[in-house]
Amino acid sequence: MSAFLSVRDLVVSYGGFRAVDGVSFDIGKGETLAVVGESGCGKSTIARALVRLVTPTSGSIELDGTDIAQLSEKQLRPVRHRVQMVFQDPYGSLDPHLTAERIVAEPLRGRSAADRHREAARLIDLVGLPASALDRRPAEFSGGQRQRIGIARALASSPDLLVLDEATSALDVSVQAQVLALLADLQRERGLTYLFISHNLGVVKQISDRIVVMRAGRLVETGATDDVLRSPAEPYTRALRAAALDPTTMRGRKPRDVVRQLQGAPA
Amino acid sequence: MVFPIPHDTTPILEVTDLQVELVTADRVVRAVDGVSFRIGRGETVTIIGESGSGKSTTAMGVLQLLPEDLAVLSGSVKVGGVDLLVDRDAARRIRGRMVSLIPQDPMTALSPVHSVGKQLTGAIRLAGHPRSAARARAVELLEAVRIPRPAEQLDKYPHQLSGGMLQRVLIAIALAGHPVLLVADEPTSALDVTVQAGILDLMLELQERTGIGILMITHDLGVARLVSDRIHVMKDGRFVESGEAEQVVDAPHEEYTKRLLAAVPQLGTFEEVPA
Ligand SMILES: Nc1ncnc2c1ncn2[C@@H]1O[C@H](COP(=O)(O)OP(=O)(O)OP(=O)(O)O)[C@@H](O)[C@H]1O
Ligand SMILES: Nc1ncnc2c1ncn2[C@@H]1O[C@H](COP(=O)(O)OP(=O)(O)OP(=O)(O)O)[C@@H](O)[C@H]1O
Ligand SMILES: [Mg+2]
Ligand SMILES: [Mg+2]
Repeated sequence: MSAFLSVRDLVVSYGGFRAVDGVSFDIGKGETLAVVGESGCGKSTIARALVRLVTPTSGSIELDGTDIAQLSEKQLRPVRHRVQMVFQDPYGSLDPHLTAERIVAEPLRGRSAADRHREAARLIDLVGLPASALDRRPAEFSGGQRQRIGIARALASSPDLLVLDEATSALDVSVQAQVLALLADLQRERGLTYLFISHNLGVVKQISDRIVVMRAGRLVETGATDDVLRSPAEPYTRALRAAALDPTTMRGRKPRDVVRQLQGAPA
Repeated sequence: MVFPIPHDTTPILEVTDLQVELVTADRVVRAVDGVSFRIGRGETVTIIGESGSGKSTTAMGVLQLLPEDLAVLSGSVKVGGVDLLVDRDAARRIRGRMVSLIPQDPMTALSPVHSVGKQLTGAIRLAGHPRSAARARAVELLEAVRIPRPAEQLDKYPHQLSGGMLQRVLIAIALAGHPVLLVADEPTSALDVTVQAGILDLMLELQERTGIGILMITHDLGVARLVSDRIHVMKDGRFVESGEAEQVVDAPHEEYTKRLLAAVPQLGTFEEVPA
């Protein structure tokens, strides 16, 4: 099977600094690839390159057979709706002047007003928000509510590839479970492909088929999610694994002791 | 100093029957519907619970940071024995000095047009440090929050930092003022777990050393279980369960708390030695 998304030797620089330094991976159609790694290692930068908010310095990004890495804005137009992103920052990424309805329906320009309203209402309901949310503006929502508006907007244009950058980090575990179930349903029904960036290894284990572990702009380990999480090969992956906090396993231990033991990722 | 650091029996923070109504053009939302809690010296109290249940509004209410034309508060919020709802000016005097906030939202907390260094040194100077020492102190604070190459980062603008780096800048700003009360709204939500462990260590160490009280809000039940003395579980503006951290996480009484715990994604064990 040929990959739906194929990234080769991707380099993204800001000024002289290589935030992403030669990363390659594939994602099959209908598959979920998780990207985990140290804060600042380049995960969001990869996401921004995939939706072409930044232009890669070098390397290729083949989407369904077309290399989009260096396409011009005009050439990208027919592709844009196929790749959508849920942004890490649910605050900065929503236009504060627009209502939730306008934000969610924004990708549906060209459809009738009634159509757009119906679709926005459907999507708002899908992410677990009440219909009354449609008329409200971003400032009137909590962090997790805004994050769900971002998810609804990303789904509006029926993308083939959804890039989710810490898309459930502001949700309580119960709402998070609902959103993860929604993503799984959509994948089953419509064959959506996901690139799922997360710091939450429990969530990653639940949602992803394969995993990429990054550090300082490079890929350090990759494999089937269950294998990598059960027997991590690289010291950095083991450190990540050891530092994951499970509320049920710290019974009777002093916080300082737990935290000290969790520390010390290898340099 | 505006307030004496409370002696052992006066709580650092005592909130009694706090209600917050948010008044918008077309409706009134009772976001916080009568919550009470106290934080003593060296204690961490954590609010967990449903998205939209009023956790951030509680935090902002405690700090008097909600716009006056938006929020109507009632009840009492005593910091070191002084009721901030009565003495409205007190909140302004102590904020950033004795009481600090790590806000949930980095991008609206930081100005996009000023460098990170400028904003951090601003907080340091507000805390009473002379201008000449501010940059050195800024580097020290960024080091403390585990930001690599701190001196280099000071000249960057917020959009040039990653999500987790921004979150750590906010933590550094909050710690600039030697607070006796730290209100931390999802302080580690954008951090990988190794960096998170470092930040939790920093907070616990600071608490051991200075007796700082911490009001924490988190969706991470592992973090809550680890750092908290007491946990309050919030839903629809109220606390539905309150208790010692161990009790709430290991043996919850309420259906809602049980449901939350059941929804924590399970990670299982791993082989500590590579095969
Ligand atoms: N616009 C920019 N200009 C300069 N440097 C940038 C810019 N955006 C990001 N960087 C730098 O690139 C590196 C990678 O950032 P990125 O946001 O991709 O990290 P990340 O892996 O998403 O981290 P986090 O988990 O904290 O969100 C960081 O060192 C960051 O400071
Ligand atoms: N400015 C506002 N105007 C009107 N309603 C608001 C405003 N800010 C918040 N709300 C509403 O008040 C309720 C409480 O919001 P709050 O931000 O305190 O929730 P939260 O518990 O912090 O949630 P999260 O975990 O998602 O951050 C929510 O239902 C929200 O929609
Ligand atoms: Mg990021
Ligand atoms: Mg909140």
